[in-house]
Parts: sequence; structure tokens; C-alpha cells
Amino acid sequence: MRFVKFASSPLLSQALPVWRMRFVMWLLLAAFAALIGRSVYLQGFQKDFLRQKGESRYERVIEISATRGRIVDRNGDVLAVSTPVKSIWAIPEDAKLTPHQSRELARLLEMDVRELNAKLASDRDFVFVRRQVPPDVADRVAALRLPGIFDQKEYRRFYPSGDVMAHMLGFTGVEDVGQEGVELALQSQLAGKPGSRRVIRDRRGQIVEDVESIRAPQEGKDVTLAMDSKIQYLAYSHLKQAIAEHKAKAGGIVVLDAKTGEVLALTNWPTYNPNNRVRLAGAQLRNRAFTDTFEPGSTLKPFTAALALEKGAYRFNTPIQTAPGRLSIGPATISDTNPHGTLTVAEVIQKSSNVGIAKIALSFPSEEMWKMYDNLGFGTPLKLGFPGEVGGRLRPAKSWRPIEQATMSYGHGISVTLIQLARSYLAFARDGDLMPLSLTRVDMPPATGKPAFSAQTAREVRAMLELAVQPGGTAPKAQIPGYRVAGKTGTAHKLESGAYANKYVASFVGFAPVSDPRLVVAVMIDEPSNGKHYGGEVSAPVFAQVMAGALRTLGVAPDAPLTPLHVANVPPAKEEM
Amino acid sequence: MVRLNLILLALAVAFALSVVTANHHARKLFTALEREQNRMRDLEVEWGQLQLEQSTLAAHARIERLARDKLGMRPPAPGQILSAEAP
Repeated sequence: MRFVKFASSPLLSQALPVWRMRFVMWLLLAAFAALIGRSVYLQGFQKDFLRQKGESRYERVIEISATRGRIVDRNGDVLAVSTPVKSIWAIPEDAKLTPHQSRELARLLEMDVRELNAKLASDRDFVFVRRQVPPDVADRVAALRLPGIFDQKEYRRFYPSGDVMAHMLGFTGVEDVGQEGVELALQSQLAGKPGSRRVIRDRRGQIVEDVESIRAPQEGKDVTLAMDSKIQYLAYSHLKQAIAEHKAKAGGIVVLDAKTGEVLALTNWPTYNPNNRVRLAGAQLRNRAFTDTFEPGSTLKPFTAALALEKGAYRFNTPIQTAPGRLSIGPATISDTNPHGTLTVAEVIQKSSNVGIAKIALSFPSEEMWKMYDNLGFGTPLKLGFPGEVGGRLRPAKSWRPIEQATMSYGHGISVTLIQLARSYLAFARDGDLMPLSLTRVDMPPATGKPAFSAQTAREVRAMLELAVQPGGTAPKAQIPGYRVAGKTGTAHKLESGAYANKYVASFVGFAPVSDPRLVVAVMIDEPSNGKHYGGEVSAPVFAQVMAGALRTLGVAPDAPLTPLHVANVPPAKEEM
Repeated sequence: MVRLNLILLALAVAFALSVVTANHHARKLFTALEREQNRMRDLEVEWGQLQLEQSTLAAHARIERLARDKLGMRPPAPGQILSAEAP
């Protein structure tokens, strides 16, 4: 090889054609322009698309779940709460499990292996293998690292009080949406709205930076019910006991706070356990106090008496001839179980005379009675937002025949729900006004409600109702030692396919303490069939037990003199219906 | 002129490093925050479960059963109740 100095290279002295130089120069310029053009294109026109693609490599939008609000009673006891559980799901196409793996999975999930295999053999893209398993089981499933098997977080609702409050609370479905009761009625308050946010994750999947919050999660609001779980339990256990004792078909109890119109307890039989709804029949599910109407019988008598006092045609002591215990109106005859002679208006209520009250009722135009019943809320649903509420039957006054007007005064030919009946007694427990009912706790109750009767009338009817539970009345078994009690029995024949059958509805509605009524309790026992069927024998004792317990729970001061407390150890006077 | 440039260069490097440190610090804090928030959620879940357990244990039916059967308690007879009036 021969070395030459660059400067003296013979190549330099050689003349080259000018076009070659130009050609190379333009080529380089063109390449440069192409580069600039490309970068302008990427940076300028494609910027958003590329940035998005880039971010999608490390950014994730994650869902933030919101919990459903709790339901608590008026004292803050938890009645319904959601806790997280996991649902195991699978992509059947990817879930190719060895027989050993599927056995293991089935064992963990407490499922039948065949059932599991059938689910995994499905040709859909997504199947739930098992929903709502406890988190620790889900963690063990995840630890198996099975292909195509995943889990997802869900919430499950628990009801610690079980069947005691089932009808009031209702329940939610697997999607955590209310399906019955308060869960459905207050769904919009209880439900939370899940939020989402955008984050940056590192290689190990840990979140390193919060980019933005797309939607903040909204936790469901807690709901405080008016219900007092102690009173509810009292009502439930006494109802259950009474149903068993009288071999009854169904029953219900409603406890209202006379001062505020709050529903302190509401229970029905038959009931169910909301935590385990595998075998659930329609009859168990129905919240009878709201959805089932019945003919209330004599419990409606005080309203006709109140109307009579209100119109001034009758007074507390106006005598009415009820002998011979029968009254013919057109072709029909109404009668008393036990014939009485001349009774005062107060005694008509005390002894529950059908003839007496029918005579009073027939002295008004039918429109006036209709107006009173309508004003008391019969015939129209209470509109508490409870699912399936009904209004009962109150036919327009124009279609009433005289016999119907007479029977309606003692609660036949008209149908009401138990909660309507309980509410209508607020008019007597208060000074003639009706409070709107509330399922949730009322902290600032309105001073007065809708007027139904004058305060004077309410006081007089209260005195009549107090007579009814005293010796000589229909319900001495409703007495409570230490408190003055007032109330009215009802024993109604049941309507079966248009005719009155030999089946009864025994009811009792009352309030205490009479000096300043605090509680209204309504008890209804459907088809008691163990020998006794009168409201005074079947329902009144239940009323007394629930009322006594509830007054004690609320710490209401006794208003009867202290001496009868000791006297009351002697069994109460024997009194036939 | 050269000295000014050197000073500016040094400043630029220093600030660049501080940005890196601050970013790193922010991420570390964020991870810690995340951990605490997770802990908060876990504690809330645990609280819910404890409430559930408490109300299951304090269920009136259970209390009544225990009081009657185990402790042999019963409601007082009317004659055994004494009322005290507030002065």
C-alpha cells in the first residue's frame, strides 16, 4: 500500500462534473425536508392520538366502589349493613382445568364438581362460577392461579336482626339494589354512586401517581328509621307466641308514636329470614300491614260515636234502646252477641253493641259518614313510599244502602289495612288530629296534624275507650298495671268468595297512657282457630304485653295510682265478651 | 462571559436534579398515601364487619334467651316494680 498526503491526492485535482455535486446536495436537502415534515406531522397533527396511545401504556382508569348506606334504628343499632364479598367468574374458553384443579376449586367454593364443569363448558364469554363468596375463600381461589378464573369485588347485605324486621327492611338483590321494604322505598338515598379515577401504574402494578379524579365516589347515605328495635322485638315475639297459641293463619302488629306519627314497630306473621332467602313463598314475603286489607269490625265503632258527638245530636250519656238485641233494616237483620237493654253512647262503645251503633249511624246522611271515613284516610293508600301499599275499600256514599251504612258503622262492608287502622286511632290518642306517619326518625315533628275531630270529642271518646278495657267492657285483658289504657276490640267474620264464613279476624287497637297518650298499638290476628276468636280474648292480651313492654322501654311514667300495682297481683276480674 | 455561562450551566443542572428529587419524593409520598387509603378502606370494612358481629351478638332474641335460660332472669311482676319520681 502506498501512502499519499491528502492535500497532494491526485483525486482532488481531478475535475468532477458539477451535476454530481448538485445531485448529492439536493438529495441531502430532500432527506432533511422529509425528516422535518415527518416530525411536524407527528408533533403537530398526530399529537393527541400518539399521546393517548402512550398514556394507555401506563395509565389506567380504576373504578372506586361506593358502599350502600347502612340502615340503623332510632337508637343507632345497625339493622342492615353491606360488607364486601367476592364473586368468582370465568372465561370458559380460557378455563381449561385439569380434573384435579376443578375438584380443588369445587371444594373451595362448596360446589358440586359436575355443576362447576357444566358452567365452565358453557359457550358464553363470561360466566359467574359462584357469587358472593367470603373474601378469604376468594383469596384461596386466587392463590390456586387457575387459568381463566377471576374474581370481582361485590357487596353483600347482612341483616343481623334476621326475621324480626324482615318486612320492614325488605332486602336487596345480588346487584345490591333494593327489592322490598325500606331497601326499595329508600333506594335512592341508600345507593352509592361508584366513582372512577385515572392513575399511573409502575411495572409492578403499584399506583405511583394520581392523574385525575374523573368522578368522586358518592357513598350511600345511612338511613335512620323511626323503628325502635327493642319494641320491634317485643312485638315480634309476642305476635309469634300468640299465633302459635291460637293456631292462627297470619297476624300483624303496628306500634305508632302518638306524639310524632313515627312507626316504632311493624311486624307480620308469617315472616322470613332475609339473610337466607332460598325457600321464600309469596305469603311470607307480603308485608300484610301495608298490602292486605281486612274488614276491621267493631274497631271502627268509636268513629261513628265520635261523629255523633261532633254533630251534637248525641252526648256521652244519651240513652239508646238496644233491646231486644236485634234490628231489622229492610230484609236484613243485625244483632248483638249478647242482648243489652238501654245503653248510653259510652256503654254502646264499652259493650260493643252493633244495634246501638247502627241506630246512631242511621241518624246521619251517608255523605257525612263517608266524609269522616275518607278524612281518616280509609280508601286511599298512605303513600309512605312503601312498595305495594293499598288503600282498602270505601265505596262512594251514593251507592250505600241503609243496611250498608249500618254495617259500616261497625266495620263491615269497608276494608282497611292494619297501618291505616292504627293511624286513624291517632285522632283519639291526640286531640282529634291525625299525624302523617313516618318510617324514618322525625326529629322535629309538626305540632299538629290534619284535624279529624274536635279536641272535646277526642277526649270524650278516649273516656269511652277507657271504659271498654275496664270490668264490664269487652277487653279487660288489655289492662296494664300502672297505666291507664284505652282501646277497642274488633271481631269480624271473614269474607270468603262473597259470603261471610265462620272464620274470624280478631283485632284490638288501643293507646296508653290515657292521661297523655304516647303510643298507639294495633294488633290483628287472622283466623284464630284454637277455640277463642274474640278480639278481647285473642288480641287484647297481646296488646297489653306489647304496650306494657314498650312503655317500659320508652320510660313513660305510670299514670295510674301506685296502689293498683300491688292490687294487680290478684287475677283480673273474669269478664265474658 | 464564559464564567457566566458556567454558572448558569451549574444552576441548570442543580435545578434539573432538584426537579428529579422532588418528583421522586412526590411519588414516594403518593405511594404512602395510597397505602394509608387502602388501610382506611380495609378498616372501614372491618368496622362494618365488627358492627355486624356486635349486632348479631346483641340481637334481642339472643339476649332474651341468655337472660332466661342461662341467668334465670324474668320480667318483674307488677308488684315488684317501684317507681321513683324525679324531685
